[in-house]
Amino acid sequence: MEATTLFDKVWDSHVVKKIVGGPSVLYIDRHFIHEVTSPVAFVGLEKRGLKVFHPELTIATPDHNIPTIEQNLPIRDELSRNQVNKLTSNCEKHGITLYGLNHKWAGIVHVIGPELGLTQPGMTIVCGDSHTSTHGAFGALAFGIGTSEVEMVLASQCVLQPKPKKLRITVNGKLRPGVISKDIALYIISQISASGGTGYFIEFAGSAITALSMEARMTLCNMSIECGSRGGIIAPDQKTFDYIKGREFAPQGEAWDKALAYWKTLKTDDGAVFDLEYTFDANAIDPMITYGTNPGMGMSINANIPTGEDMKGSDKITFEKSLAYMGFKAGEKLEGKTIDYVFVGSCTNGRIEDLRLFTEFVKGKQKAENVTAWIVPGSKQVEKQAEEEGLTAILNAAGFQFRQPGCSACLAMNDDKVPAGKYAVSTSNRNFEGRQGPSARTMLASPLVAAAAAITGKITDPRDLM
Amino acid sequence: MSIDKFITLTSPAVPLPIENVDTDQIIPARFLKAVERKGFGDNLFRDWRYDKNNQPVKDFVLNQSTYTGNILVAGKNFGSGSSREHAAWAIYDAGFKVVVSSFFADIFKGNALNNGLLPVQVSEAFLEKIFAVVEEDPTARFNVDLTSQEFTILKTGETSSFEINPYKKECLLNGYDDIDYLVACRDEIRSFELSRN
Repeated sequence: MEATTLFDKVWDSHVVKKIVGGPSVLYIDRHFIHEVTSPVAFVGLEKRGLKVFHPELTIATPDHNIPTIEQNLPIRDELSRNQVNKLTSNCEKHGITLYGLNHKWAGIVHVIGPELGLTQPGMTIVCGDSHTSTHGAFGALAFGIGTSEVEMVLASQCVLQPKPKKLRITVNGKLRPGVISKDIALYIISQISASGGTGYFIEFAGSAITALSMEARMTLCNMSIECGSRGGIIAPDQKTFDYIKGREFAPQGEAWDKALAYWKTLKTDDGAVFDLEYTFDANAIDPMITYGTNPGMGMSINANIPTGEDMKGSDKITFEKSLAYMGFKAGEKLEGKTIDYVFVGSCTNGRIEDLRLFTEFVKGKQKAENVTAWIVPGSKQVEKQAEEEGLTAILNAAGFQFRQPGCSACLAMNDDKVPAGKYAVSTSNRNFEGRQGPSARTMLASPLVAAAAAITGKITDPRDLM
Repeated sequence: MSIDKFITLTSPAVPLPIENVDTDQIIPARFLKAVERKGFGDNLFRDWRYDKNNQPVKDFVLNQSTYTGNILVAGKNFGSGSSREHAAWAIYDAGFKVVVSSFFADIFKGNALNNGLLPVQVSEAFLEKIFAVVEEDPTARFNVDLTSQEFTILKTGETSSFEINPYKKECLLNGYDDIDYLVACRDEIRSFELSRN
């Protein structure tokens, strides 16, 4: 038999048909929806007089625009409230399961999928959100879609997709202390650029990847979209199976044995060919931080911003525009610069391990007075676990408070906006202009770098305080 | 239902020589709170087009009457970031039928095609030529012919061919819609489901 990749195995087994000279009709096992990218899809469905084809395969939760305080009260912002109400009524009308705002399983869609065991190896998973790539950590083929495609899934449980090319990124070796999966992600994107993965689906492999916990793998796959790729996938292994076992929607009994036998076949065969391959050394990675306005503009925390002297044309215009927005000079150091905000959370770094790392770092220290910190758990279950593990108490003693779960300042659709011109060290995924609020200045980093900045009030190498 | 047909277009172009234009710039998240698809064009490039007092930024290209037309020409890696289809809606709603760049982000490209907005990918060198022609003469016209898959700088006669998936080309030429296609496949989809168990 021909050697094939993990990606091919999952993709090919979901092709209902291939249109000659066109895309494939790809069957979708799990569809997540939220309040922002689904309403227009339901409007379209109703205009066509269609029912949802498989309401039981779609799961809904509001996460993007919701407040992260006083979630027990009606949402004050009228437009946000309207979207959340619309999600609720659309789910009721079409028989779709909704974990609403105060449900014990509510949270960011890419956090709750895995924690409920809804995300499983070998599945195709889509959501009207680019960070659907997160679920690839389980060996699922997961990618973000637009609203027309949300309507396609509601109408037919399929999407029309051209098959992406295959890229393998191998990271071998051991990470040094203070370096975690977010740093791997920012490092890779800084090496291959914010568009280096466009047209490809990535498989992450190598000893540094298999050494990562499931949550760390989720962070890496989450960020795979930030180099332009459709998604990232990691072959499932014992860690994956152990993580899923016993979760709410995990297969049980005989179904578990059957699923496990299949999951164990999900790996790239020796000799399988990728369209492109990159290999990196984990030992070469430092704690990372971004200095510009796309996630590819990242560097080691103690490095200098590039001088830009070798750039020309629109590259140079873009680089200069970016630094002007950030208020930085070409060639300067970021370390030691004063910051104003710290955001810990999002589908990238809002899981319990992220909160543990942050808490352990700030334990016994005090938040810097100049810093406003927003610590936002990724889900109700994460919030509860943090409380039970005593993280909340430690954080409070260090001058931090938890907010309630949601996407929050990652995209600032709610009130969690960084003010114009202010600097935020953020564990989220995008440093685009205005992403965290109009004219806000975002520097992406790991929860450890965020913790160091929160304590010193400056850009700080976390290793200096460890 | 259907999308608007696209066959051919002759128009001046609006230049945006910036790379990595992400969908947060095309339409910022705070304007995504509608539950219907209308009015997104008003907020296209909102934070580049208007200052913090909601006054038009004079230098921004959409605020300059010199530049008109239904073709938006932008730097490489256009449409990166968030999957929000609102970005394609906003561009289309603002009157653009074609976006030209040397490189498009995947999700944006799919969203554009699903809404009758044609992404035309040309080489970086050809893109620079387009920018140069528009800079010299903002009224210079360009022709986009989907049937022959050619983009022509009418002023110089230079032509670049562009790629499009043959299926998507048929959809645009005829105004077909993917959702109608998939609904028509429901029986095949049911057979597929049975075959998996």
